[in-house]
Amino acid sequence: MSTVKTEREPMFSAKTKKLLIGPLSKDNPITVQVLGICSALAVTVKLEPAVVMSISVIAVTAIANLLISLLRNTIPPRIRIIVQLVVIAALVILVDQILKAYVYDVSKQLSVFVGLIITNCIIMGRLEAFAMANKPWPAFVDGIGNGLGYGIILIIVAFFRELLGSGTIWGFHVMPKAFYELGYVNNGLMILPPMALIVVGIIIWVQRSKNPELQEEN
Amino acid sequence: MKALRKQLDKIKPQFQKGGKFEKLHSSFDAFETFLFVPDKTTAHGSHIRDSIDMKRTMSIVVIAMIPALIFGMWNIGHQHFLSIGETAALLEKFLFGLGKALPIIVVSYVTGLGIEFAFAQFRGHEVNEGFLVSGMLIPLVVPPDIPLWMVAVATAFAVVIGKEVFGGTGMNILNPALTARAFLFFAYPAQLSGDKVWIAEKADAYSGATPLAEAAAGIDTGVVNFTHSFMDMFLGVIPGSIGETSTLAILIGAAILVFTGVGSLRIMLSVVIGGIFMGGLLNIAGSNAYMDVPFYYHLVMGGFAFGAVYMATDPVTASQTNTGKLIYGFFIGLMAVLIRVLNPAYPEGMMLAILLMNVFAPLIDHYVVEANIKRRLKRLKAVKA
Repeated sequence: MSTVKTEREPMFSAKTKKLLIGPLSKDNPITVQVLGICSALAVTVKLEPAVVMSISVIAVTAIANLLISLLRNTIPPRIRIIVQLVVIAALVILVDQILKAYVYDVSKQLSVFVGLIITNCIIMGRLEAFAMANKPWPAFVDGIGNGLGYGIILIIVAFFRELLGSGTIWGFHVMPKAFYELGYVNNGLMILPPMALIVVGIIIWVQRSKNPELQEEN
Repeated sequence: MKALRKQLDKIKPQFQKGGKFEKLHSSFDAFETFLFVPDKTTAHGSHIRDSIDMKRTMSIVVIAMIPALIFGMWNIGHQHFLSIGETAALLEKFLFGLGKALPIIVVSYVTGLGIEFAFAQFRGHEVNEGFLVSGMLIPLVVPPDIPLWMVAVATAFAVVIGKEVFGGTGMNILNPALTARAFLFFAYPAQLSGDKVWIAEKADAYSGATPLAEAAAGIDTGVVNFTHSFMDMFLGVIPGSIGETSTLAILIGAAILVFTGVGSLRIMLSVVIGGIFMGGLLNIAGSNAYMDVPFYYHLVMGGFAFGAVYMATDPVTASQTNTGKLIYGFFIGLMAVLIRVLNPAYPEGMMLAILLMNVFAPLIDHYVVEANIKRRLKRLKAVKA
């Protein structure tokens, strides 16, 4: 019998690093997989709710991935979606309660969109595609990576929408007063949802022209 | 002219393959074909040989817009002097309007063509000529007092997001000039709607309401009071965007477009029919004062005529099939009047109606073509049987 060396993978091997970094660029859930668009449109008018939303999603994806990965060998395949939903729903309710307790104003601004994290395709997608077939630690890292990938786009979009739409960042006025005296006016279209779509579109455009391998062959 | 040609020929080799400025080839090409009729013709395969290219077609559209532009310039001055209660000579009014309109035209062309040239250089293809028309349309659909930087921002948005992302002229889904207008309308509503903006340097006491605003006000007050007569609206001596007020000047433009075969009479007529149809229906329903406004008023108020002649007929964004054009035009007219009367938040429905139908145009064409195929298949079967 040959001795099979069962080498334990280090905590941050190249593979796990890829799980964390990939979703930030070439595997981004919003710009490449085009998932979770609805909430990206809804909560990006201001930077603050966008950041809170990103943190909530990161927490939910990471913990849901971890839990499902731990349970993966005990979940009967035929009812796996229901089990996944129960786990996500429980986590989302927790997040919602925490937000209400500590950042009530933001929680009011986010309104139903915290509850709608349950239906966020990114989370279900990661559970189905990754957590069901991988060990807990990589699943957890994958959850954080995808949450970050979602969050970074949200924050970029919210940054531009708040800056150009309201002239503020995180509620502080950053557009110089002199601009307004010269006739500068905040762009009202930036506050409307279509502009979020256009900003996401521009990000996708820039990303694809930088990474030609992302472009589809036609 | 000959000296210019000689000069061009002298520097031409530098812009061709292997030359010093090879990278600037498309810019050189754009200027050369703009100044001279290109000497390239189809060598074989097609039946008609003509050196008409997109630049000539676009130039005809620009020429067709000149009556509306000239009248618009005069009207800016006319409305201004009327509002401050002074009388002025014809030339004085025109020069005042020229001073207002010319900077907008220059800004629109410089911004738009600058972006077009940059994209053509960057992508290494020829400069698209489509902007020659858009660049003239944008100034005609904005109020005379609009800040110039807004024109620049809107033009940049329209060219980049409305056109270049789709691949340039001929690929765009939405009419670029209307994209610019819609951008302005939603981004800077204070500068694009209300009673204040339609007359340049208006005296505060003078009412600057457009006929559309007066009609919309009728919903609340129960009676529509027009300050201007139907004839005034037809001639265009009313406040409004620079080029849209005079239905008469627009009709002259329409005649040029139809006579040269550049604009589609089919679309223009079906837009008018659609407007009359919807206006008539609302007249019959007549449950508020705006609905009771006679249907023919809709044809001369606001941008209806302008949109029908210059915007709806845009060959890129309109339907291509003959039946499709009728459907497309009819619904533009119908939607324009519908939005005007039933949605007080959008006083001018023409812009939104055309943009909406731009989106539907390929779908209409698809079903027209499908129906045609089915009909011919049936005929084939009948012949075989």
